[in-house]
Amino acid sequence: MIFSFEQLKEQDAGLFFETVDVGGEAAAIFPREQILGVAKRLKDEFGFLQMIDALGHDRMERKERFEVTYNLRNHKTKQRIFLKVRCDERDPHVPSLVSVWSGCNWHEREAYDMFGVIFDGHPDMRRMYLPEDFEYYPLRKDFPLMGVPGSIPLPHHEDADPRFTVADRGE
Amino acid sequence: MTSVAEENETITSPNPVFQEVPPRQKILEALMSKDTTVSIDEDALENEMILNMGPQHPATHGVLRILLRLDGETVVSAESELGYLHRGYEKLAENMTYHEYIPHTDRLDYISPVANNVAYCMAVEKLMKIELPPRAQYIRVICCELARISSHLLAMGALAMDVGALTVFVWVIREREKIYDIYDVLTGVRFTVSYMRIGGMAQDIAEDSIQMIRAYLDGLPDAISDIAKLLHKNRIFLERCSGVGIMPPEEALDLGWTGPNLRGSGIASDLRRDNPYLVYDQLDFDVITRTEGDVLARYMVRFEEIKQSSKIIRQCLDNLPKGDYWATDAKKIIPRKGEIYSNMEELINDFMLVNFGQATPVGETYHAIEAAKGELGWYLVSNGTGFPWRSKIRSPSFVNLQALSRLLEGCMISDIVAIIGSIDPIMGEADK
Repeated sequence: MIFSFEQLKEQDAGLFFETVDVGGEAAAIFPREQILGVAKRLKDEFGFLQMIDALGHDRMERKERFEVTYNLRNHKTKQRIFLKVRCDERDPHVPSLVSVWSGCNWHEREAYDMFGVIFDGHPDMRRMYLPEDFEYYPLRKDFPLMGVPGSIPLPHHEDADPRFTVADRGE
Repeated sequence: MTSVAEENETITSPNPVFQEVPPRQKILEALMSKDTTVSIDEDALENEMILNMGPQHPATHGVLRILLRLDGETVVSAESELGYLHRGYEKLAENMTYHEYIPHTDRLDYISPVANNVAYCMAVEKLMKIELPPRAQYIRVICCELARISSHLLAMGALAMDVGALTVFVWVIREREKIYDIYDVLTGVRFTVSYMRIGGMAQDIAEDSIQMIRAYLDGLPDAISDIAKLLHKNRIFLERCSGVGIMPPEEALDLGWTGPNLRGSGIASDLRRDNPYLVYDQLDFDVITRTEGDVLARYMVRFEEIKQSSKIIRQCLDNLPKGDYWATDAKKIIPRKGEIYSNMEELINDFMLVNFGQATPVGETYHAIEAAKGELGWYLVSNGTGFPWRSKIRSPSFVNLQALSRLLEGCMISDIVAIIGSIDPIMGEADK
């Protein structure tokens, strides 16, 4: 049986979502209050046990700037669906789905690292790749490709080898 | 050193979570607050220890750092840290045309670069709705399966080396060297090949390469049976690997595992059969599974998959259709050199495509292939220009590594290397 998002409405008429197309697969954008409940139902009732991927996305200049997409797969029916949730730049909070699929953990950390989207209820909201004291979110469209000079301090040793001059160390 | 400590304390993190913890200490904080089922002996001062494994450690297959909390020799909890090889490939992708990005995909999973080329090109082709000629599809399958053999051989060899069987590693490198020789003739490059193009590949498969691949496949059964003779009745290897790092199927699905690791836990999930792409639906092969879910099961899945890949390549070589290896669509695909030099129209198209990129339809798309490590996919968001608006790499190593701290809990220090080896992470791919 092929799942479509309309099936969710049969039991809960209060659901509000907008369907979109991702390369021929079903996808829907849910408001952030409903996403956690929808995710639980997708896992328990519709068998989307496999959490493949989650990604952030900067929509820049549009009303709700950040979008988080969850890539889900039902390994029995081989169907793939996408679950989307959006948030505004001034309030970059979306609920974390780690309680539903534990595999979301690192993906959400990556989205936080790259876009600054904060996942409420995430057990370990640290940066994934970049140093903890880095202040910027590099995959945002307003972050320059060349980076911000001086934003990552070079390792500093007081007892550095005196044979190397300051110029050698690139300071 | 006091000044460094003071500096750390004065830096205020923009992250509201963990505001009070100095940045460098956050990983330790995460490790110590991790839930664990392993209890520590009463005299913790006597036994407890924090061990920093990596990032420069021969058994971590690159630059993976693991922070371990130990009770004697038992791992109480573990926390892995990535990012030592982070090169920002997703940011780079947004600032170059679709075509310019192809050489960068080689550097993700540098053990099987052709499979990355194929995965990326297929995602772009799906976005642009380009249909490949059958010959090109067969060549792509051959390349993918050669990459899978190459990757699985290294995974087996590295696992064997990590548990002490160094000979296997050397033999495996010898076999991989033959695959590089094939690539040298087939693509012109040995290692980072950049062979695929959007809409085809750089050059046709020549009769020489077909002969080389056939000769290689003839020698492969002997080569892997030599490995089997060394390992499969080797008591040290079997006892180091069986019953270690067990991953139950439910948790494997929950964590998003794919590829040989998931099949080692007993779930017959393989994109080549489930969601066939290229010509996999016309080929006859088995999906290998093992039910134990331990290190040995994952090793055995890879061992058997080499035979299946060899079977697939033989079928492709036998049925290789004649025809073009390059789709023709002047507005989307870069024309061939001969045409550029002789036709004005092609010259204009080439100029436009190289300088401004392909004009893609607005929209989002996702395409994944079954690479050697698992599901390798690209999520592309296009805004209609020649540059992708967002290009997300779904890298299998990243997802598979996520299970590491769960697998390490409760095992011994000497098992850590076997477990990492069985997951088969490639840090170039995990760190992007």
